[in-house]
Amino acid sequence: MSRTVRDVVFVDGVRTPFGKSGGVYANTRADDLVIRCIRELLRRNPQLPPERVDEVAIAATTQIGDQGLTIGRTAALLAGLPKSVPGYAIDRMCAGAMTAVTTVASGIAVGAYDVAIAGGVEHMGRHPMGEGVDPNPRILAEKLVDPSALVMGATAENLHDRLPTVSRDRADRFALASQRRTATAYADGKLQPDLVTVAVRDPEAGWGLSTVDEAPRPDTSLEKLAGLRTPFRPHGKVTAGNAAGLNDGATACLVAAEEIAAELGLPVAMRLVSYGFAGVEPEVMGVGPIPSTERALRMAQLSIEDIGLFELNEAFAVQVLAFLDHFGIDEDDPRVNPWGGAIAVGHPLASSGVRLMTQLARQFAERPDVRYGLTAMCVGIGMGGSVIWENPLWTR
Amino acid sequence: MDEVVTRALLRLVEVPGLPGRAALITLDNGFGIESAHTRPNTFGPAGLASLDAALDAAFAAGPALVAVTGKPYVFSVGADVTAMPRIRTAGQARGIGRLGHRIFARLRDSEVPTFAFVNGAAMGGGLELALHCHYRTLSAGASAIALPEVSLGLVPAWGGTQLLPNLVGIVPAAQVIVQNPLQQNRMLRPAQAYELGIADAYLEPADFLERSLEWAAAVVRGEVTVERAEIDRSEMWDAVISYARQQLDERLHGAAPAPYKALDLLELAKTASFVDGTAAEDEALAELALSDQLRNGLYAFDLVQRRAKRPVGAPPAALARDVTKVGIVGAGLMASQLALLLVRRLEVPVVLTDLDQERVDKGLSYVLTELDRLVGKGRLDAGKAAKLRGLVSGSVDKSGFADADLVLEAVFEDMAVKKQVWAEVEKIVRPECVLATNTSSLSVTGMAADLVHPERVVGLHFFNPVAVMPLLEVVRAERTDEATLATAFAVGTALRKSCVLVADRPAFVVNRLLTRFLGEVQYAIDTGTPEEVADTALDPLGLPMRPSALRELVGPEVAAHVGRIMHNAYPDRFRLGPEPGGVGHPPLTGDQVRQRALDALAEEIDIMLDEGVVAGPQDIDLCLILGAGWPFHLGGITPYLAGRR
Repeated sequence: MSRTVRDVVFVDGVRTPFGKSGGVYANTRADDLVIRCIRELLRRNPQLPPERVDEVAIAATTQIGDQGLTIGRTAALLAGLPKSVPGYAIDRMCAGAMTAVTTVASGIAVGAYDVAIAGGVEHMGRHPMGEGVDPNPRILAEKLVDPSALVMGATAENLHDRLPTVSRDRADRFALASQRRTATAYADGKLQPDLVTVAVRDPEAGWGLSTVDEAPRPDTSLEKLAGLRTPFRPHGKVTAGNAAGLNDGATACLVAAEEIAAELGLPVAMRLVSYGFAGVEPEVMGVGPIPSTERALRMAQLSIEDIGLFELNEAFAVQVLAFLDHFGIDEDDPRVNPWGGAIAVGHPLASSGVRLMTQLARQFAERPDVRYGLTAMCVGIGMGGSVIWENPLWTR
Repeated sequence: MDEVVTRALLRLVEVPGLPGRAALITLDNGFGIESAHTRPNTFGPAGLASLDAALDAAFAAGPALVAVTGKPYVFSVGADVTAMPRIRTAGQARGIGRLGHRIFARLRDSEVPTFAFVNGAAMGGGLELALHCHYRTLSAGASAIALPEVSLGLVPAWGGTQLLPNLVGIVPAAQVIVQNPLQQNRMLRPAQAYELGIADAYLEPADFLERSLEWAAAVVRGEVTVERAEIDRSEMWDAVISYARQQLDERLHGAAPAPYKALDLLELAKTASFVDGTAAEDEALAELALSDQLRNGLYAFDLVQRRAKRPVGAPPAALARDVTKVGIVGAGLMASQLALLLVRRLEVPVVLTDLDQERVDKGLSYVLTELDRLVGKGRLDAGKAAKLRGLVSGSVDKSGFADADLVLEAVFEDMAVKKQVWAEVEKIVRPECVLATNTSSLSVTGMAADLVHPERVVGLHFFNPVAVMPLLEVVRAERTDEATLATAFAVGTALRKSCVLVADRPAFVVNRLLTRFLGEVQYAIDTGTPEEVADTALDPLGLPMRPSALRELVGPEVAAHVGRIMHNAYPDRFRLGPEPGGVGHPPLTGDQVRQRALDALAEEIDIMLDEGVVAGPQDIDLCLILGAGWPFHLGGITPYLAGRR
């Protein structure tokens, strides 16, 4: 039986505003965040009959409580999708949503699905990193992984050790730029179209509405950043200011076979070119996106120079700078995170991958001169994930 | 009891697409989701004051819109009725009317657009608040929409009688305000409320508030225009009112003032200014708040809400045995109805038996046909129906009872027959199997007397039709043990009945009282009072039907049977017919007939309480309300009787 591999496209993406742990979403369930995203996706794309969704893949790192119960399936039912639509839960920590996308995309490519919803949610206020973990004693006994690998901030310090050219000052400057670019993007109305409002309840104050990310600090300064303490190591370089915080939020996107998108009249925002995941030493997990990007480039038969726009997750300034230094890209390069990043808006672990993709898709719409874009991120326990996309508006 | 204060919490909210901020007020009494329906948001003086203050702050903030919403599942269910007995003067009542009017009017008179986001149950004053707002959104998940005041003996006195007819028209308004409350307090489902025009936008529960705010912003921007139906204010309005008054007369004969007052107010709403209309509501409230009928209505409401759910004298629930299989002796109509109810609510095997296969098949066929009918009406899930069909079975032999936990007998009302049935059944069932009889008049103790284990015998007296009538008289026989009684109550609760514990006295409560009552009327007729006079004599009470209709409903055979039994037990008070040789009794007037009937009732009740038939007069009232449909405005009957003296 011969099989054709189909092209997969990114149709649309949305996200909730991201909150700070213990902040605006303190009384909101995690599943309600992703349900809201799924409903909004369907509402924005009325040409898609709900029964045509063939799979709902939702990522969460800590799959307990309101992030458990096979969240892709339960969220689909609660979002009002027909009972005939299946769903599942998936986890690759920070790259959860990204992995949800690549997994359903592979299914679409091979003909198992026509249309799928993929996304992620993490409510780090209710489910802190490491909730319920039970590390195998062999990890330490056989020295398989350095103990510092289990603390993300420590891995960032380790990365600074290995890369002396990435100084505290460079990290702070990058962080400041991220905050400024995010503020400008908000002022220019670039980020708001992706956001779905979320009703939030405070038992003492009543109902309110979350409409913008809670974490950004547009008024920060180099002085303020420089004054922050380094909680992961005395006299270290990693601070709360040059890293993403602990956040709550959800994302969801619609992916489809290109021919089916055409048949249903769905818009095409990006075309999937290739993806790669790679493992690295867990104690310097921040370098993960380097080999994963090299894999994706190799598969696509492209080189880094072909990438016209970058959406790189900013778990820590040091790991973005490590990536840029490796590939010889200037940290002020306008191709990189033009609308700011996780240092400003936050990084609810499993959800971020689709935020990067949604932003890249919007940038593609404004930049028909750009052919290829990259979404990439580092992942806990030492991995990297990268996806290369093509701009459907690009012409020779 | 202190007011449970429903606070009005204000937050100023940014809404995409709204020029300016939204002042969003949340009504919340602080009780969580688990008690949404037992502790819903209500309005008392402190709650209204909180709303007043929240409106002050809201308007002061210069918002682009003001919106009110509720806590999860509940918008507001209106005034706190438990506070009503504290109203002692007309002035106090008027004050409450004016307070609600003044505060709610702020939403109506606001220059800034106001919205009610009805996210959950909205009744009485809660719905009236929403009606004052310029616009309303409604969640498809809201459990009930209603103006039930008339069922208690009040009227919607915070604007409902003026606002609703001018929003949706006089016919639906009369339905909601007068008819529904008098028909077992029927309430609207959200889809119905939306169709009537009570709300402008109908939204799904999952993202109700987000979508409501989005819609409201679009309304404020002028992007969405709300169209309201043109209201017919022609003579049709008056014709509807006058027809409705006629209907009330036929039903109530003026026994309860509240529905008539409601119609007066609805009539006024056609032409009166809002100020005049609401002032009339204040006066209506002042009148009704001190009425006997309201006092009785509140008493009845409390009985039905609380005592009905926690029967006095029931043993601790923990003593109840599990019922995993039920046997039924008899497959007549009553038994078949019971089989259907048992299988639907307990979802356990139910075995119907009778004397011959033909009877068994008929009974089984009734159950299966009813299940199909329910599926056809969309009231029963096909999968569930399949399960229930598999659980119900029929047989001529009773061997299927061997592992039953409960056997219910609904055979011919004859002591010898019933004793023989129990003797036969006892040989088959386990010693702990509960044997329940549906007898309406025979002694349960007598039925159990010759059994090896009489302690597991209990009476479960259901009312016809079984699917509808909520009352279950649970009869404790002389030897009935606690576990058996507890099991009986547990089964009653599982069947969604309201259980009342009664002693094993002839005809228990409802049949005894109705027989005494009807007997007195019949005696008047038998001794020369014109039938028409006697039959209409009780009209001022506003009972559900006249004696002749009741007698027809019960059936002459059953009435005669019960009559005989009561005569045997209490020959002086329960006569069998005209006294032999009775001579020249003067015909009685209607008033006289009524007095004698009520005196007889009062006497019988006193005797029943002395005999310990039930724990107290509240149980008498509960039985008459739930078993005979006697009205709230009488409080069942004992408050009315006490009020005569």
